[in-house]
Amino acid sequence: MATRGFFSGRRPPSDTDARMPPGQYLEQGFPVLSAGPTPRVRAEDWSFTLKQGPRPIKKWNWAEFNALPQSKMTRDIHCVTAWTKFNTPWQGVMIDDILADAGIEPPTAYTLALSFDGYSTNVPTKDLVSGKAMVALLYEGKPITPDHGGPARLLVPHLYFWKSAKWVNGLQFTERDEPGFWELRGYHMYGDPWREQRYSSDP
Amino acid sequence: MNAETSPQSPWQTASIIRIEKRTPRVTSFWLQPSRPFSHIAGQHVDIRLTAPDGYQARRSYSIASAPDAGIELAIERLDDGEVSPFFHDVAAVGDEIELRGPLGGHFIWQDSDGGPILLVGGGSGVVPLMAMVRHRTLRESTEKVALVFSARIWDEVIFRDELIGLDDRRDGFDLVLTLTREPARRPADYSRRIDAAMVTRVLSRISGPPKLAFVCGSNAFVSAAAQALIDAGVQASLIRTERYGV
Repeated sequence: MATRGFFSGRRPPSDTDARMPPGQYLEQGFPVLSAGPTPRVRAEDWSFTLKQGPRPIKKWNWAEFNALPQSKMTRDIHCVTAWTKFNTPWQGVMIDDILADAGIEPPTAYTLALSFDGYSTNVPTKDLVSGKAMVALLYEGKPITPDHGGPARLLVPHLYFWKSAKWVNGLQFTERDEPGFWELRGYHMYGDPWREQRYSSDP
Repeated sequence: MNAETSPQSPWQTASIIRIEKRTPRVTSFWLQPSRPFSHIAGQHVDIRLTAPDGYQARRSYSIASAPDAGIELAIERLDDGEVSPFFHDVAAVGDEIELRGPLGGHFIWQDSDGGPILLVGGGSGVVPLMAMVRHRTLRESTEKVALVFSARIWDEVIFRDELIGLDDRRDGFDLVLTLTREPARRPADYSRRIDAAMVTRVLSRISGPPKLAFVCGSNAFVSAAAQALIDAGVQASLIRTERYGV
């Protein structure tokens, strides 16, 4: 259905068409969205815990975590509110390297990312490993600001960006695919931007 | 019938049935969805516009009306926007657009959730809060609700006459206007940005700590206002925020 009188719009440049998931528009800025106030987490209070169910597997403090091998990822990111931002440069610790340091293979097929503010979001474990995701510590070479999830946020760039939990403080392996914060409030369990999986009623 | 208008599609057409200018930059549009629905105060809808070549633009807009009292969107014109200029410059009564919703399960309040409730809005961030205030009125709720509404100037106070009318009823709803670029007009109003001292004064009017607080506006507004609430002693876990993103 064409909308009467709607012609203009912000069409993406044609050379970037292939990089734009359906229903998205290109954003030059970096919008901030969150469900509550921005927590101010000091490095000395920061920690990251790997858990299987309620049982902790390994915990790192800020210095220990920063001593893990670090990698860089430059990726396009896609927010469910319809903006896409190209070429965002991150540096951090790949989930693969976190698991390696803990000396484990992924114990279950599902994972909940947990945050300092009580936020959580579910991601299948296979979407976190094999070079697909990291715990990011730097954005554009600088510490991530609190608004954008600093000191550390999850980065799962191939899924809608609410899956890239801000202020992340742990990963919990779960037996079942358990919905997180937004998934309990109407958002999609998986969130693939290329299949436009925004809300729970999307296929 | 294509997939996008099939009964299974979450998208539906909606007619614009009424248009009313609210302030120089905000106009309300009432929509009649082809498949009527009931929303919860604070929820939004997604709007989708389609160009003749198939290009589509979608944006989320909060619903200003109370549940079961129509669907009113109060849309601010953003000069560099893609969808809001269509509404302000092109849309007319009788036009059809596509709509999906209602959406959102966090920034919502109904009278059965209880109170007291503190609402804090900046500019068009008042829109989802207005739905909560109107819901309270329609339900004849006695829960205490305070709305702190920050606008640049008196003439940009969206829903001004309606809000002042509700404030005058003295039935447990308190309106506090704060203008950032003009002097205050009413005795209990302010003319500065929201700060902890202001929040503390407002909290005393709803007799103590809120059960929940809702803060909506630009990112800069929400960051500053949420910090003011925390500095005034409101627990961070009780504060729900909605940001425009920018």
